[in-house]
Amino acid sequence: MLLEPALVISAVLFTLGVAGVLLRRNAIVIFMCVELMLNAVNLTFVALAQRLGVGGQVFVFFVMAVAAAEAAVGLAIILAVYRHKQTVNLQNINILKG
Amino acid sequence: MTGTAVDLIWLAPALALLGFVLNGALALWRPTAKAAVTVIGVGVLAAAFAVGVAVVIAFARLGAEAPVVFRYWSWMPVGALQVDAALQVDQLSAVMLLVVTGVGSLIHLFSVGYMKEDAGYARYFAYLNLFIFFMLVLVLGANFPVMFVGWEGVGLCSYLLIGFWFNEKVNADAGKKAFIVNRIGDFGFLVAMFIIFWATGSLDFGDVFARAPTLLAAGGGAVTVLTLFLFLGCTGKSAQIPLYTWLPDAMQGPTPVSALIHAATMVTAGVYLVARCNVLFALAPISGAVVAGTGALTALFAATIALKQWDIKRVLAYSTISQLGHMFVGVGTGAMAAGIFHLVTHAFFKALLFLGSGSVIYAMHHAYHATHSHEDAQDMRNMGGLRRHLPWTAGLMWIATLAIAGVPPFSGFFSKDEILAAAFARGSVQPVWLVFWGFGLAAALLTAFYMARLMLYTFHGPNRTGAEAEVHLHEAPWVMTGPLVVLGVLSAVGGILNVPELWGGSAWLHHWLEPVTKPGAALLPEAHISHATEWTLVAIAVAVAATGIVGAWRLLKPEALVPARSAPAERGFARVLRNKWYVDELYNFFIVQPLVWVSREILWKRVDQGIIDGAGVNGAARGARALGWLGSRLQTGQVGMYVALFVVGVLAILWRVTAGS
Repeated sequence: MLLEPALVISAVLFTLGVAGVLLRRNAIVIFMCVELMLNAVNLTFVALAQRLGVGGQVFVFFVMAVAAAEAAVGLAIILAVYRHKQTVNLQNINILKG
Repeated sequence: MTGTAVDLIWLAPALALLGFVLNGALALWRPTAKAAVTVIGVGVLAAAFAVGVAVVIAFARLGAEAPVVFRYWSWMPVGALQVDAALQVDQLSAVMLLVVTGVGSLIHLFSVGYMKEDAGYARYFAYLNLFIFFMLVLVLGANFPVMFVGWEGVGLCSYLLIGFWFNEKVNADAGKKAFIVNRIGDFGFLVAMFIIFWATGSLDFGDVFARAPTLLAAGGGAVTVLTLFLFLGCTGKSAQIPLYTWLPDAMQGPTPVSALIHAATMVTAGVYLVARCNVLFALAPISGAVVAGTGALTALFAATIALKQWDIKRVLAYSTISQLGHMFVGVGTGAMAAGIFHLVTHAFFKALLFLGSGSVIYAMHHAYHATHSHEDAQDMRNMGGLRRHLPWTAGLMWIATLAIAGVPPFSGFFSKDEILAAAFARGSVQPVWLVFWGFGLAAALLTAFYMARLMLYTFHGPNRTGAEAEVHLHEAPWVMTGPLVVLGVLSAVGGILNVPELWGGSAWLHHWLEPVTKPGAALLPEAHISHATEWTLVAIAVAVAATGIVGAWRLLKPEALVPARSAPAERGFARVLRNKWYVDELYNFFIVQPLVWVSREILWKRVDQGIIDGAGVNGAARGARALGWLGSRLQTGQVGMYVALFVVGVLAILWRVTAGS
């Protein structure tokens, strides 16, 4: 596995994730974009682990575990928000406005 | 430490303070324990008097020329300013010590009867003990700051006791007036202390008076200004023109308080101060003339007002102001011993007069109380013929009247005559003193007149209390007449203290005080008058006193008086005197009203409400709210916005980190 293509793909995936978070309005889509960013980082870890030792791979497991927990909590919140407001469009959810 | 009873001097103020603490505690938690209050309140004073006598005897045995100073602890060690908590015993403070504790004891005893039925009995004695404590600190202090503590403390106690019956607004107002007017005088005292420290580098009496003749140019600006500021303090405390107006109002307090604080002791503090600082006043001839001139003017001015007062205590109040004026003529002339002599005799006869008037008011009050009448128990127009019901009080007050009028051989004759003779003698060197002498003599004439008027209207002529109340008039119990008798004896024979050489006496007080007064007397011009002149002066003084008394007897018709309720208003000049020359109104118009206007319209409505409240307090709040509003605009509630800002922030940090490396 070549290092450079892996890093390029990772960068592309991360940028896509950021762009999605910035541009999309549906909470679930934004959530998926966050996952995309996490996985882009995971790919970087794994790619670099070839050279820098096994620590990077270990870190990937941690990230995946945290991502799973985040998915559980995040989806539950989104579900709760939907029940409350009948929408998951973030533009309509602004009750914390100052 | 001398190893004699003089070392016990701290006990005298400490006992009074102990009395205050115990009675104060009783006033707070057991106000009904009147027996305990009596024992403590009078007991500590009697003990303090015993200590005073022991100290003075031991001090006389020592035969010390210099003051005996006790330094207890260092109070204000600030660089060059070293002030100790120190007491001193010398000839002058010994005299004051005995007067304060002696007359104080008698008045405490009188108060037992006078205040017996008052709900504030314990509080009253607590204040009275506290007053004695501060008065002793005042007269025993060995430096100006310690004296000033006593000076302020007696002012506080005066305020507390004038407003003792503070439920009535007029009493509380009188207390406030006394306190505020005294503040003006105290400002003078403070400034004088600053100048003294600046000029001599010390505040200890010993150091200041030893250095003053070399450090301060005689008649120079510094010593003149500082003595004038000291005298401003005296005019406040000792009720002289222009600050005398508080003393008549101070009569709102209980009568024994008027006797103790506003006649016998506290108001003489100014005379004591001038006598204590005799070196400084001797160095400043202008100040000496101002002191004597103010005293002479006050003596005459107050005496004219006393002519037309109907309230028995107000007559005595103006009489006190007038007599204090005489004392200031004495000490301003440089006759310190004469001034102090008059202070002592005045303490006797004026305390007697006030306690006597207290006895009269007590009887009147009880008679009116028994008949459920609401007449004024202090108005002489409601009295008359009381000698039949109060024979002891009448007789004893006659002794005091003869003493204050200056009839020989009563005590006041010797002291007043000595002051007037000293002023006349100084007049042979500086003619302006002849004017002061004339004023003093005129005041003496009026004194004899208004005192005879007081006695005539109160004790002689027909009774005006009404037949119903008359049967309830009784002499006060022995606990009140007892002190009167003692004071009567002292008023009658007090002149023995200082029988002048002219009369074959030894002028004992004069020689006793010499160690204190000598340094100042040495700086003053010698003034001698021949024996023939002195006899002439004596004859004039006696003639004046006799004219006053006989004149009052001939001119005044107690039969023509009507009770206060139905009395017509005075007309013409009598009305001016009745209204005290409208001085209170003048002060009110020219000082109080402008001050109130400035305070209300400018300080309150502009400075306080406008600047401090508006710009300061509310301005700060408005500023904080505006900033908060600006900050809250950032909180849009749009998650997308937050994320965008977050990304921008991360990019900025990344750029900063990578660009830096």
